Amino acid sequence: MATTETLDHAQEVSYLGAKKGIMSWLVTIDHKRIGVMYLASVLATFALGGILALLVRAELWAPNLVAGDELFSADIYNRLFTLHGLVMVFLFIIPSVPAAFGNFVLPLMIGAKDVAFPRLNLASYYVYVIGTVMALYATIAGGVDTGWTFYTPYSASVSGPVVMMVMAAFVLGFSSIFTGLNFIVTIHKMRAPGMTWQRLPLFLWAIYATSIIQVMATPVLGITLCLLAMERAMGIGIFDPALGGDPVLFQHFFWFYSHPAVYIMILPGMGIMSELVTVHARKTIFGYRAIALSSIAIAVISFLVWGHHMFVSGQSVYAGMIFSFLTFLVAIPSAIKVLNWVATLYGGSIQLNAPMLWAMSFLILFTIGGLTGIFLGTLATDVHLHDTYFVVAHFHYVMVGGTVVAFFGALHHWWPKMFGRMYNEFWANVSAVLFFIGFNVTFFPQFIMGSQGMPRRYYNYLEEFEIFHKISTSGTWLIGLSFIIMVVYLVRSLTSGEKASANPWGAKSLEWATQSPPIEHNFHEIPTVTEGPYDFPKAGGK
Amino acid sequence: MSSIVKHHVAHHFYDGHQESSSAKLGMWLFLVTEVLLFSGLFVAYTITKTLNPEMWAEASKTLDVTLGTVNTLVLITSSFTVALAVRAAQTNKNGEKNKQIVGLLVFTILCAAAFMVVKYFEYSHKIEVGTVPGSAYSYTGLEGANPHLFYGIYFMMTGLHGIHVLLGMGVLTWITIRAAKGHFYEDYYTPVELGGLYWHLVDLIWIYLFPLLYLV
Repeated sequence: MATTETLDHAQEVSYLGAKKGIMSWLVTIDHKRIGVMYLASVLATFALGGILALLVRAELWAPNLVAGDELFSADIYNRLFTLHGLVMVFLFIIPSVPAAFGNFVLPLMIGAKDVAFPRLNLASYYVYVIGTVMALYATIAGGVDTGWTFYTPYSASVSGPVVMMVMAAFVLGFSSIFTGLNFIVTIHKMRAPGMTWQRLPLFLWAIYATSIIQVMATPVLGITLCLLAMERAMGIGIFDPALGGDPVLFQHFFWFYSHPAVYIMILPGMGIMSELVTVHARKTIFGYRAIALSSIAIAVISFLVWGHHMFVSGQSVYAGMIFSFLTFLVAIPSAIKVLNWVATLYGGSIQLNAPMLWAMSFLILFTIGGLTGIFLGTLATDVHLHDTYFVVAHFHYVMVGGTVVAFFGALHHWWPKMFGRMYNEFWANVSAVLFFIGFNVTFFPQFIMGSQGMPRRYYNYLEEFEIFHKISTSGTWLIGLSFIIMVVYLVRSLTSGEKASANPWGAKSLEWATQSPPIEHNFHEIPTVTEGPYDFPKAGGK
Repeated sequence: MSSIVKHHVAHHFYDGHQESSSAKLGMWLFLVTEVLLFSGLFVAYTITKTLNPEMWAEASKTLDVTLGTVNTLVLITSSFTVALAVRAAQTNKNGEKNKQIVGLLVFTILCAAAFMVVKYFEYSHKIEVGTVPGSAYSYTGLEGANPHLFYGIYFMMTGLHGIHVLLGMGVLTWITIRAAKGHFYEDYYTPVELGGLYWHLVDLIWIYLFPLLYLV
């Protein structure tokens, strides 16, 4: 373990109690408080996106055979799924892990007092809030039914507050860039003495790779959305073939950001996995260097595969073949990670606690999500599966089964550190298992009906698909129930949970070397690091 | 005016070196995002030009090469003077060069203003004859199909660049005020240096825009 201050002395005032009053939160530049504010915000947007998902699935409970049978009109339905996508992607997943947990633990993990630019950090939070308010305003002002992808020419011609929604995504992009830029500089410049790159926790390697994508891909989305706004406002025609432009150009621009953005979503989840499988199996990570470098490899490859979203959009066959090949390359670093996590668990003393249950869910769900990605990356099968529920199931297995599961694993892993309280272990396990079951019940049938030709985003469907839709919709209620349980035991933890020790999991990384919750300046003295973050005793166990 | 105000290192840094090297790395990353922001427009330029080569050649002839050249020279000069201001700050020991820094920065800001004035005349001429983007296009002197596309790209590119010039004027003004108070000297000149880097980027983008729009 790194040498830091002794933990024997009595609990000191933590960052939570260092300053009082609402203003001390609103103008704070403490990375821990900003992390907590982000956490509260993304949990709220997750709840909103989740409710929208429940409504979307509720509408699909039965085919609307008779007029008047339906729960919502088709117009409302289109707005609901668009908003579900926008909220979950831009307001929840992209900021979720980096901005909430990254902010909280990154400086702690490298032994720093704060991120490199604390005021920029606070600015990123407020920019996020402004973007969120703009998105909510666009929703109230009529909503948008373009899908979260804003494809032209539909998005350029349909009526409604599309410009406001597009500008909301533009503003949210700035928040993402600020966070990414801040983290890259922090990891480069703020590491404590002895914290070499080879001793950097794998969560931070993943956050580093994520930040590179945030900084390099987001500006392209920014200018794309500006062009779309100008297209609507002035009819400049760059995306309109009737005016001499090219609508496929929009798709190229959009996916040049949004495919790397998929890795903005999953890489932090992978980083969390590397922490969970070592700490809760009490075993040194298997293949540290391979996992670290595979994060960078994913970041690099992520910029070269955007065309696989456009196999049927009229791009050239040769471009399709090259993009298909490059897409398969992503499987290599992803598989390196999964196999190394399994090898880490092998022979470890696995604690079947909540973080580990979430980690095991990730392993199974992400593997299914990853393997079905190969189906879609193959040109011939993609023509059949494109725009069906197979795609919907695939990306939910990766984004929810991967990122969201990792997010809740991280929440349970770092909860004692963030708030200094333990939660009820039994109910946490129930919630994790219930989620796993509910998730599979919801999305596995979608693979089947997708492969049989059920198109995505449709408001109505043939009777043949009814059984799959019924099973799928029932699964969403299980997921909802698992989160209701979680809210109850987490709130109880905050009010009356058992006090957490500085290091309840017996972990080795630096954030556990300060008290729970940490003091305002993280460490009394800047720690000197002498060992790696996963140097557990060889034989396993304590 | 010829004295200095010592800089205090922020509490979360060990020393001034860590602080300034962090700031510099952050600035370079920001410049990367700026380049990528414009890169989308450069791609849009390339695609639209390739789809409409004849219209493009005809429409680009309507731009005033003389005014473009004048603006290019103005910006290159301003880049030179901002570099001199950085050098003056680096060698400013006890505030004896405060006046020099301020003078060079004010000259740079004046160049930026001159650039915007020329741009104003170019824009107002285009609005007058109707060579503007999209549905507002009303000029009849060009024969190729969809000439408004060229002006869509022209206004997007030069407009976004113009916004950057205006922001640069704001940033440089703030730095000038601080320089007048003696905030920058040989041990602390990070804002002058970073402001200079930003200004060079604004200049550099124009050096690409000028030949692509006016000359090609």
